[in-house]
Amino acid sequence: MIVMKNVYKKYPNGVVASNGIHVEIEKGEFVYVVGPSGAGKSTFIKMMYREEVPSSGLIYFNNTELTKMHRKDVPYLRRQIGVVFQDFKLLPKLTVYENIAYALEVIEESPSVIRQKVTEVLKLVGLTRKTRMFPNELSGGEQQRVSIARSIVNQPKLVIADEPTGNLDPETSWEIMKIFERINAQGTTIIMATHNKDIVDNQPHRVIQIEGGLITRDEHEGEYSNEI
Amino acid sequence: MKSRTVRRHIRESFKSLSRNGWMTFASVSAVTVTLLLIGVFIVIMMNLNQLADNIENDVEIKVVAEPGASEVEVQELLKEVKETPGVAEVKYSSRKQELERMIQSFGDELALYKQDNPLGDALYVKADDPKNTASIANEISTYTYTFDVEYGEGKVEKLFNVLKIGRNVGLGLILALLFTAMFLISNTIRLTIVARRTEIDIMKLVGATDSFVRIPFMLEGVWLGIFGAVLPMTLMTIFYSKLYDFWEGRLQNQLFHLLDPNPFLLQLNFLLLFVAVFIGVWGSFMSVRKFLKS
Ligand SMILES: Nc1ncnc2c1ncn2[C@@H]1O[C@H](COP(=O)(O)OP(=O)(O)OP(=O)(O)O)[C@@H](O)[C@H]1O
Ligand SMILES: [Mg+2]
Repeated sequence: MIVMKNVYKKYPNGVVASNGIHVEIEKGEFVYVVGPSGAGKSTFIKMMYREEVPSSGLIYFNNTELTKMHRKDVPYLRRQIGVVFQDFKLLPKLTVYENIAYALEVIEESPSVIRQKVTEVLKLVGLTRKTRMFPNELSGGEQQRVSIARSIVNQPKLVIADEPTGNLDPETSWEIMKIFERINAQGTTIIMATHNKDIVDNQPHRVIQIEGGLITRDEHEGEYSNEI
Repeated sequence: MKSRTVRRHIRESFKSLSRNGWMTFASVSAVTVTLLLIGVFIVIMMNLNQLADNIENDVEIKVVAEPGASEVEVQELLKEVKETPGVAEVKYSSRKQELERMIQSFGDELALYKQDNPLGDALYVKADDPKNTASIANEISTYTYTFDVEYGEGKVEKLFNVLKIGRNVGLGLILALLFTAMFLISNTIRLTIVARRTEIDIMKLVGATDSFVRIPFMLEGVWLGIFGAVLPMTLMTIFYSKLYDFWEGRLQNQLFHLLDPNPFLLQLNFLLLFVAVFIGVWGSFMSVRKFLKS
C-alpha cells in the first residue's frame, strides 16, 4: 500500500527530518510508529498524504508516485486516506457535526447519506451529545475524537493517526483503540504514531521505530521499546 | 459539480457570513462607503455633463446684415450662410423684429427709432457641432453683406475649455476613486480571508479541491457586494428624487435641467450594484487564489 524508497527530507530551516527512509507497508497492516520526540515520526507520516514533499526519494501509494504528483490530483489522494492530525486541525467556524460532514461534502455525498454516516461515527466516538458545539467549546480529548471521527467517516482504505490517544484518558484511549482494531479487522490499513507504551505493549502489532530521521527498528510484533 | 453541491456552497457562504460577524460588517461597510462616494460623484458628473451639453447646444452666432442691404441682398446672404459647411440651422429675424426685441429689453425710449430703424436684419445660426462655432463665424464674416458677427467669442471658447477640463478631471477622479475603492475593499476582504488561512489549509488537507474551497468564498463576495450596495442605492434614489422635485419645481424655465430620474436612477443603481458585486467577487477571488497556491 505504501512504499518509501530512500526518502530524504530537509526542511527549509535546515533540519533533516528524514535521512534515507526505506519502508514497505502492506494493505491491511496495523503499524505503530514510535520514537522520541523530534525523531521525525510526524514528518514520515505527513509525506504519505503529501502534506510534506520529500527533498529526494520516491513514495508510492497504491502504485501512484506521490513526489511527482500533480497539484490538482492531491485532493483525490487525500480522500482515500483518513488522517488524525496531531493538532486535530478542526475548522473553528464549524460545529462538531459540520466538521465531520465536511469530509463527506468534498466527495459530494448526498445529504441523507451524510446525516446517517456522521451520526453513526459520532456514536462510535461517543460524542452524540456535543454535535452542535464548536471546537473551542471542547476539551482536547473531545477535539481529538472529532478528528478521529472525521478521519474514518468516509471509510478510507488507509487511516493515518498521529498520536490519536495523546490527549485521552486511558479508558477513552482503549475505546479509540477498539475502533481502530475493528476497522483494521475489516481490512483498513492503520498507521499510528504513538508515545503510548501501554497500548503498544498490550496490543501487539508491527512496530517501526524512528530515531534521528532513520528507521532503527522494524519488528513484526514488537514492543514499544527494545531496551528494558 | 452536482446541484446539491451548488446548494451546499450557497448555504455555506451564508453561514460563513453570519458566523464571521464583525468581519462581514467591516466588509459591507467598506463597500457601502465607497459606493456612496462613487454614487454622489456620478450624479454630479453626469449632471455637469448634461449642463455642458445644454450650454453647447445653446451657442448661437448672430449675423447682422448690412443695414443698407436690400431684401434680395439679404436673401442672398441667407442662402450663402445656409450653404456654409457646418451650419445646422438658420433663423431669420427682420430688422423690425430686432428693434421690438431691443425695446422689450431696454425700454420705450428706443421707440423713437421706429421712425428710422438703424438696425440690420439678423440671422441666428447654429453649428452642427458647437466646437465649429468660431470657424463658421469667421467664414460668415467674410461674406459681402455681412455687417457684423457676434457669438461671444473668447467667452465661448473659454467655456468649452473649462467644460472639457472639468469632464476630464471628473472622469479621472471617478477612475481614481474606483481604484481606491477596489483597493480598500479587496484589502478588507483579504484581511477576513487571511484570518481564515488556516481554515483553507485544513479544508485542503481533508480533500477539498481548489474550487470546493473557492466557490463559497466567492459567493460570500457576491453577498457582501449586494449587502453593501443596498444602502447606497436606497439613499441615492431617495435623495436624487427629492433633489429633482425640488429643483424642477422651484426653478422652472431654468437653463439647466437635472437629468430625469427615469431612467437615470435606474442606470445609476444598476451600475452601483454591478460595481459592488464585481468588487466583492474580485476581492475574494484574488485573496483566496493567493492561499490556494501555497
Ligand atoms: N514545518 C517544519 N519546518 C521546519 N522544521 C520542522 C518542521 N516540522 C518539523 N520540523 C523539524 O523536524 C524534526 C522532526 O519533526 P517531527 O514533527 O517529524 O517529529 P516527531 O517525531 O513527530 O515528534 P513528536 O513526537 O514530538 O511529535 C524536528 O526537529 C522538527 O523541529
Ligand atoms: Mg509528531
